[in-house]
Order: sequence, then structure tokens, then C-alpha cells
Amino acid sequence: MPITLMPEEILETINMIRSENLDIRTITMGVSLRDCSHDDIATTAQKIYDKITRKAEKLVRIGEDISREYGIPIINKRISVTPISVVGESCTSGEYIILARALDQAAKEVGVNFIGGFSALVQKGFTKGDDYLLNSIAESLAVTERVCSSVNVATTKAGINMDAVYRMGKIIKDTAGLTKEHGGLGCAKLVVFCNVPEDNPFMAGAFHGFGEPELVINVGVSGPGVVLNAVKSNPNVDFGSLATIIKHTAFKITRMGELAGREAARRLNVQFGIVDLSLAPTPAVGDSVADILEAMGLERVGGHGTTAALALLNDAVKKGGAMASSYVGGLSGAFIPVSEDAGMIRGVEEGSLTLDKLEAMTCVCSVGLDMIAVPGDTTAETIAAIIADEAAIGMINKKTTAVRIIPVPGGKVGQRVELGGLLGTAPIMPVHPFSAEKFIRRGGRIPAPICALTN
Amino acid sequence: MGTFKQGRSDSLQQRVIITVVGHDRVGIIAGVTATLAKYDANILDISQTIMQDFFTMIMIVDIAGCKLSLQELQVILKNKGAEIGVDINAQHEDIFKFMHRI
Repeated sequence: MPITLMPEEILETINMIRSENLDIRTITMGVSLRDCSHDDIATTAQKIYDKITRKAEKLVRIGEDISREYGIPIINKRISVTPISVVGESCTSGEYIILARALDQAAKEVGVNFIGGFSALVQKGFTKGDDYLLNSIAESLAVTERVCSSVNVATTKAGINMDAVYRMGKIIKDTAGLTKEHGGLGCAKLVVFCNVPEDNPFMAGAFHGFGEPELVINVGVSGPGVVLNAVKSNPNVDFGSLATIIKHTAFKITRMGELAGREAARRLNVQFGIVDLSLAPTPAVGDSVADILEAMGLERVGGHGTTAALALLNDAVKKGGAMASSYVGGLSGAFIPVSEDAGMIRGVEEGSLTLDKLEAMTCVCSVGLDMIAVPGDTTAETIAAIIADEAAIGMINKKTTAVRIIPVPGGKVGQRVELGGLLGTAPIMPVHPFSAEKFIRRGGRIPAPICALTN
Repeated sequence: MGTFKQGRSDSLQQRVIITVVGHDRVGIIAGVTATLAKYDANILDISQTIMQDFFTMIMIVDIAGCKLSLQELQVILKNKGAEIGVDINAQHEDIFKFMHRI
């Protein structure tokens, strides 16, 4: 069939990349470490290092080649690995910090900025390996630079492991304390999940799931700026037309991810996994999800109408994206991280966006309370209660939710904490002063909801 | 502007889209085409227009017989662009096909 390209289409693509921040946010290589177990932890660490540096040796160079040849920026090249709680389970020692260091060194050696998978899935309880991993998280995040950690504490099928929720509240406090000279930066590399996806390419929550192949390439696209301009160009259309415009735009964005992912997989001789359709904002001006919501007609993000606007946006992105890719997966929804989105930061600082409204917004999009800074005196029990609320939303609504929260040591409401680079700047938000301590201290597991009984 | 009608996708061809944007002046097309000819890159189609006061030229070029790789050609064209005062980008055709066609 003849292929006809209009000059306008060529210029549209170029404009999206040059002026609207269209990019591939991440090409993430999943590497199974299931064959790296050994009873000696130093040997396990060596096997982990050797395998990652061997398998991902060409990842960064090939990512850069594709970026140049197609003329589209690929911002991050990253690696996800089998949850370390499983890889380290056979070790007699529980010093998983040794494994974290091996991951960090391997990431440095191959030139990726983050490696995800210092992770455990504990929705129903803890194995020995899970225990060791959780006990090592705070210190590991403090002494490594590139390692990301995630813990799944709930699923729709299993319910919420409230013991794990409480432990995560304490671990988040410990992590903040050990990285206090950097504003609690360690917490930006730690996510607590409900219904965690096993093929997510985005950090800090990426790991290589148990149903995944030996090696896989997953791709995360971006493009809030492109959607923003499309919405801005159509200020007076009705909701049906608005949804259609967003769908068309999301389709084009996702096609870029599909192309880059397939090409990377082909050149690396690795299976192509999925494209994650998430709209991922950055602190750059014009690359904000909040700005899209405001362009839809809201005075400020967080005001009444925000949840409805976000629901429309999120659904239209999925519909457009689903058509554009053969395999959609990961988180696939709009991200609303506060510190990484200039519009969200403005909303918080002007008083329109609160933690409660953010919680409501997480009901209709991925992922959850993301990159939220709270005062340093927020207790472990309060953080655990915030996690429990998010997990409940995910569990009942059969969706992924997550919490990435930073209790900034010494930080007070109204201050800002600089996290650097893509992690951005987080305004410290108030939490409710009323205690949930008695509730959290009950312990045990919240049973799976009736909607889990689908068989 | 017209459309770029390319024949059947020929696997022997390696098509690249070259865009040239800058202030109009004498010798832009001559400069770019001479560079492409020097390295045996075959121009299949050219379209040019003025957009927002900027000279904009789009070329479809086959680099299957080119003496240079795409990445090497990109560098040569960038330097040529700097010399004649325009911005020249060469991108693999697939990025446009993928975005606008299923």
C-alpha cells in the first residue's frame, strides 16, 4: 500500500518533540535474577552484579542510538529486576544491604540512573526473605544512589496486610531519618503498593514480576505538554469532542513508545513487553498534568470539578493509547505526583490542592499519593493510616494505588524541599492532626472484599 | 504544499526525513543537496514552504547507498546547517509513519 505523509504531519511530529516536551520517558529492561540465588550472600551479590552487567551492557548505548536516529528524546534507560526478597531468600545472612550495593554498582556500571526491584510482595504475610528485605530498606536506600524499593501490602484478592502497612509507616520514617541531610530523599525511592503491576517500567515502583520472561523491554511514554496544547487549542468544545481530541493525541504519543520499544527490543534481541500509557509530568514548564486540568476550565487544580476532569482525561488517554499499542500494561494512567508537576506544586502552595483532594483524585487515575512531602513530626502511625486509606481505594476498586510519601525531617507546613532533577521540589503539606494510632495498632489483615470473589 | 507519495515500501530503501528550518536566503537548497550528493544520499522528494516567516524544507531521502551511517550523516548535516545558518535535522522515516499511520 502506498504511504502518504503530509508535510503538516511531519511538522506536527517535529513540533511535538521540540516545543511540547514529547519524549519517551523510560526504556526499562526487565532482568530475571531467579537464577542468582545462593546460600552465601556475597556469592549471590556477585551473581546479581555479573548478570545485570552482562545482560544490560548495551541498553544505554542502544537507547541513545534510537534516540538519535529517530530524533526523539529517550530520557531514561533503566533496569527492573526480580524482587530481591525472593532472590535473597536462600541466603543464610539477612544483610540484604550487600545485595542493594550490588544492584547499585551494576546500575552504575551499565550507566542507568535507577534500578528497581529491591522489593517484596507481602499482601498476605512475610517469608524469611521478606522480613530481611523490609529490615534492610531504610539503610539500603540511604547508602545506595540508584536503587529503588517497593513493597506490595495489599491486593483485591488478598485484602490488606495491616502489619505490613504499619511496618512500612515505620520504615518510611526510618528512611527519612537516615537521609535527613537530603530532605528525606530516600523516601522518594520507596513506594508502597496495592495491586502492584509486575511489568511497570516507571520508577520507583518497577520490578520484574514472576510471570515475566528472562529478559523484557517495557516502555513508558510521556507527553502532558502535547495533550495540554491540544486542549488549549480547543477552549470551547463540549466534553465528547474534548475526549476525542485527547484520544487522538494520546494515540500519537503512544505510537512513539511502541516504535521505540519494538526497536530497542529488536536491537537488544530481547522480547518486547508492554507500553505503559501513563501521562508522566516533569517539573518543566508546560509538562504538567495539573495544567491540562486547568486548561479544561478549572481555575486551579484541586478545586471542585478536578476529579471529574481527571477522570475524563485518564479515560481518554487510555482509549487513545490502547488503539496505538499491541501490548498495553504497567500502570497506564495519568500520574499526579506533586513534586514533579509545576501545576500541582502551585495548587498546593495556593491552597487549592489538599491531601484529601489528592486522595479523591487517586480513585480515578493511577497511581496514588505520589511524591507528597509532609511535616517531619508526622508519626509512623499516621503515615500507615494514609497508606491504609490508599490501599483500601485500590483493593475495593480493583486498581493499582500507591503511596510515595516523604516525612521531611525537621520540615514544617509551607516549606519546600528540593529533591533534585526529575524528582522536583515538594511543598510540605499538612496532614490531619487526629490520631489513627489505636486503629493501626490492631494488627492483622483486612479481609479481601466481596468483589474479590469472582470465580 | 502537496503530499509525499512514496511508492510501495521498498525494503531495499532506507528512507530518512530531512527537515531544514531557518531564515530564507540564497543557497540553502544548494548547500543541503550538494552535501547529500557528496555522500550518495538519493533525494526522493522535496517540498518547501514559508511557515511563520521561516523557510521550511522537507526532503525524503534514501540513504541505502549512502557512504555514511544515519548518525554520521546527521552530524555532517548539523555542521552544514550551522555553516549556512539553518537548523537541519535528519530522522528515520518510521517515526512519522508510526505516529500518523496504522
